[in-house]
Amino acid sequence: MIRLDNVSKTYRGAGESALTGIDLEIARGEFVFLVGASGSGKSSLLRLLLREEKLDSGELFVLGESLTSMPQRQVAKYRRRLGVVFQDFRLLSNKTVYQNVAYALQVIGKSRAFVETSVPDVLRLVGLEDKSSSFPAALSGGQQQRVAIARALVNRPELLLADEPTGNLDPDNSREIMGLLSRINLSGTTIVMATHDRGIVDQMQRRVVEIQDGRVIRDAETASYREMPSGPLEISEAD
Amino acid sequence: MNLSFVLREVWEGVRGNLSMVLSIVLVTFVSLSFVSVAALLQIQIGNLKSYWYDKAQIAIYLCNDFDNELVCPSGAITQTEQIAVAGQLKSPALTPYIDTYYFESQDEAYERLLEDTGELTAAQYLNPSQLNATYWISLADPEKAELVVEAFESQPGVAAVADQRSYFDPIIGLLNGATLAAGSIATVMLFSAALLTTTTIRLSAFARRREIGIMRLVGASSASIQLPFILEGLIAALLGGGLAIGLNVFIVENYLTDSLATELAFANFVTATDVFAVAPYVLGLGAILAVLASGISTFRHLRT
Repeated sequence: MIRLDNVSKTYRGAGESALTGIDLEIARGEFVFLVGASGSGKSSLLRLLLREEKLDSGELFVLGESLTSMPQRQVAKYRRRLGVVFQDFRLLSNKTVYQNVAYALQVIGKSRAFVETSVPDVLRLVGLEDKSSSFPAALSGGQQQRVAIARALVNRPELLLADEPTGNLDPDNSREIMGLLSRINLSGTTIVMATHDRGIVDQMQRRVVEIQDGRVIRDAETASYREMPSGPLEISEAD
Repeated sequence: MNLSFVLREVWEGVRGNLSMVLSIVLVTFVSLSFVSVAALLQIQIGNLKSYWYDKAQIAIYLCNDFDNELVCPSGAITQTEQIAVAGQLKSPALTPYIDTYYFESQDEAYERLLEDTGELTAAQYLNPSQLNATYWISLADPEKAELVVEAFESQPGVAAVADQRSYFDPIIGLLNGATLAAGSIATVMLFSAALLTTTTIRLSAFARRREIGIMRLVGASSASIQLPFILEGLIAALLGGGLAIGLNVFIVENYLTDSLATELAFANFVTATDVFAVAPYVLGLGAILAVLASGISTFRHLRT
């Protein structure tokens, strides 16, 4: 599903490299946490997977395509095969829930019929079928993130990338989102989620890839945030 | 991508950026009006030339009994003098410059006068003997008119030699000057219209940066991201062009066709038909500039 071979990335103007010699393989159907402090390289890695950035050296394969050699004009088509959610939801405030989700299909030219069947389906999946004509401002943070997830999923991607999806949410809403992501993962979608929410990682017990200073320092199946917990273990918000 | 969706996006863009879009419409309106005026002036020159240059010939007016003594000291042209003039027309020195010529007698000149200006009462009081018999010469090369004029000017029995083309030189010069002025204004205005379009599209893109960000993330193609913005510029330019053509039609119909043309029929003024004939070019120019300006702007600011 995803394979990185010795991937490095340095941003122009930055002295240190953002990612150095990353080797990583993620199989279809996995749920992987990318953990690490702010600036460790988690987001850089997600940006590479999204092909928002090009890598400097190494090889990167996602969904059977080499992002290293992918020409710019194929990037849009590639992105249709992934879903992405962010910490700040990125919903359009002047559109309703339904319109926000439909927008993702309309801009890639899907037919009206496809939009009219897919959007209610995915809103049902995230449990927002009764909020379809609400505007984002009228929703809680958790509900807004569910709209964003619905939008990411509406085109049925094989891979869902999530960058701190619970970063702006309180613990209850975070748990609700994680429950939703688990269900999505169970239905076969591969999920890569960057987070530094220790509570969530510890509770989920999934594969954890820890990044520090642009290098993978730990890759463990069904792990906790830290192998040797250095702080209290109770559920806390992002540290 | 779905057309009605694109149009909705364009409408959203226009609505969110109305004053700027309106300014593109107005600047394009003014600049394309000048473009259209410049084109119409050239058509007017063409009309004058094709209508009059065909008819404009070199006229060798032969002396009659009423001509001034200074030019025709011996009164009306004598038969010998006329034979000499006719002989010169056939001379090898001049035949290369002369395409055709014909003779118009005093009676024929009178008939033509009645035909052309029969409504003028003055014509009723003239008689054929007051008019000049004339050799009408069509030139093979209008540039060599001077040579032919000189050859006959001092010929005995010739009252005057006129190159009719020269009557139009001042007016054509005036129209060419006006074309240059309109064209210069149009160029400056079109340039500012293009700059304004670039800026407007950038503002429009900035106002919709969240939408654009989402479009990129979900994999909308560059073309479909840029299309609504290019259409926005294009629609504004076409509206401006439409207004320009409307204004030109209005002016031509009200000030030329319905008023001046009735009094100055000989001027062969441009008509609304001419405006519609240049309309595609005017609109095309506006459209090309708008697409280029907004295309460059979106290309610079909206790449995937």
